[in-house]
Amino acid sequence: MTATPVWAQLVYLLAAVCFILALKGLSSPKTARAGNLIGAVGAVIACVVVFFYAELDHVAAILVAAAIGTAVGVVGAQRVQMTQMPQLVALFNGVGGGAAALVALLELGNLVDGDRGGFALAATAFTIVVGCVSFAGSMITFAKLQDLMTSRPVTFPGLPIMFGGSLLVALVLSVLTVTDPAVWLGVVLALVGLSLGVLLVLPVGGADVPIVISLLNAFTGLTVAAGGYVLDNTVLLVAGTLVGAAGTFLTKLMAAAMGRSVANILFGALKGGSTLGSGEVSDRPVRSAAPQDVAILLGYADKVIIVPGYGLAVAQAQHTLRELADVLMARGIAVDYAIHPVAGRMPGHMNVLLAEAQVPYEQLKEMDDINSEFKQTDVVLVVGANDVVNPAAKTTPGAPIYGMPILNADEAHQVVFMKRSMRPGFSGIENELLFDPKTTLLFGDAKDSLGKLLSAVKTL
Amino acid sequence: MNESIVWLTIFILSVFVGVEVISKVSSTLHTPLMSGANAIHGIILLGAILVTGHAESNLALVVGLVAVVLASVNMVGGFLVTDRMLQMFVRKKKPAPAKVEHGGGQS
Repeated sequence: MTATPVWAQLVYLLAAVCFILALKGLSSPKTARAGNLIGAVGAVIACVVVFFYAELDHVAAILVAAAIGTAVGVVGAQRVQMTQMPQLVALFNGVGGGAAALVALLELGNLVDGDRGGFALAATAFTIVVGCVSFAGSMITFAKLQDLMTSRPVTFPGLPIMFGGSLLVALVLSVLTVTDPAVWLGVVLALVGLSLGVLLVLPVGGADVPIVISLLNAFTGLTVAAGGYVLDNTVLLVAGTLVGAAGTFLTKLMAAAMGRSVANILFGALKGGSTLGSGEVSDRPVRSAAPQDVAILLGYADKVIIVPGYGLAVAQAQHTLRELADVLMARGIAVDYAIHPVAGRMPGHMNVLLAEAQVPYEQLKEMDDINSEFKQTDVVLVVGANDVVNPAAKTTPGAPIYGMPILNADEAHQVVFMKRSMRPGFSGIENELLFDPKTTLLFGDAKDSLGKLLSAVKTL
Repeated sequence: MNESIVWLTIFILSVFVGVEVISKVSSTLHTPLMSGANAIHGIILLGAILVTGHAESNLALVVGLVAVVLASVNMVGGFLVTDRMLQMFVRKKKPAPAKVEHGGGQS
């Protein structure tokens, strides 16, 4: 392979700086969009430069392939609904990991006859395995989120042994790749990596899947970093490492928001930790009410807190909810939105969904900021959320969500749940708050109910 | 200096930079940040172009081209969808500039 000339290396350095600025920018709402743009510019520059020095063959074919991928990416990015964002991120992450694994597999073919040394071979093996884990894991994640398969943890008796066995095989094959490199070893490694990815994500329950996306994201980052070492390319190394480190850190942050450890999220189901999540519909009595009754509750309150959940987004009811909030505020009622860090199906997902509905920023309160206010709140309106207000997180050791910080909706004077049915939340466990005497249920599609509620409040 | 040490140095320093730059992210932005970071590792496209451009057999060429397709989906789609999300965060600032400041992180 041609050596990278100094000017190209300088351009790569520039691209690497762009990526650092991109991540830095993405950390604050003010600079996020600019940051993302800088990252995109860096990526494009780096990919264009390579055509000018590397003496590439097959340029036309490469450009066609890139055009196809670009078209798919553009369509995917434009068509996706904000509710489906977690799936899309998983999908994009998976194909990135797959690409990295393929690149390493091809490079292994070149290394077999070369003399780059054992470390490059080890990095190649790493890239193949982890890239495949990321690809297969992301595809399973996608299937779970897209409801192509059950979102409940899938376990079977031999799973831990199979996982451990595959891990061992991957290790042995990697060592063989270093001592006695051959392309077929790489192919087998890829297959083992794929099965590892499947086995890793299968036992993860629906509510924890978002954390796994973040983790696999970090995996792909590290894969790309290792690929950078193999290909002797600094920008891949820096970009991959940045994403790997940032992704790992982000994963830990999110796990902390759920009061869990990453290990517990990945392997909790294997220990039988989520036995309480039966997913069954209870037939215990609850108090349900008509929209008019709820309208009176809301209309004569002083302070209302809205707890939005994924159900709101599914019903596409964000806009109606904002209208309702506007009408209530016009009546002089204090209205806030309490956003749980993992509301929606991905950390920060609800903020994106409400931003789409143009809910003003200052009304969105983070959990730690608003939790002390529930005690002085007249009515909490829970729309399409369940697990994030489930007191079992505080009271029931052994529940899958035990230890997860929740919104203290149970401390308010009145709680109104808008629900489609008595089906439990994503975690599959029942919510005691639904049966509390101060709780009122308003059954129906969120958009429909909110519409009725809105017109009822207007006539008060 | 030994070349491997140079690589190791770049790697270690990048780890610290990666953690440092996002250590103050507000949970409001977790989704776009994840999606943006996702797009950045789409730079594997560069690697895919390199190996495909030096492919010596038809099989290698085909595998390489598949990698190019996948990587460009990752990169282009990732940046675009992140922008689409962030656009919504920014747009709201215009109608009500009075109080609209950073959405999260403040205590």
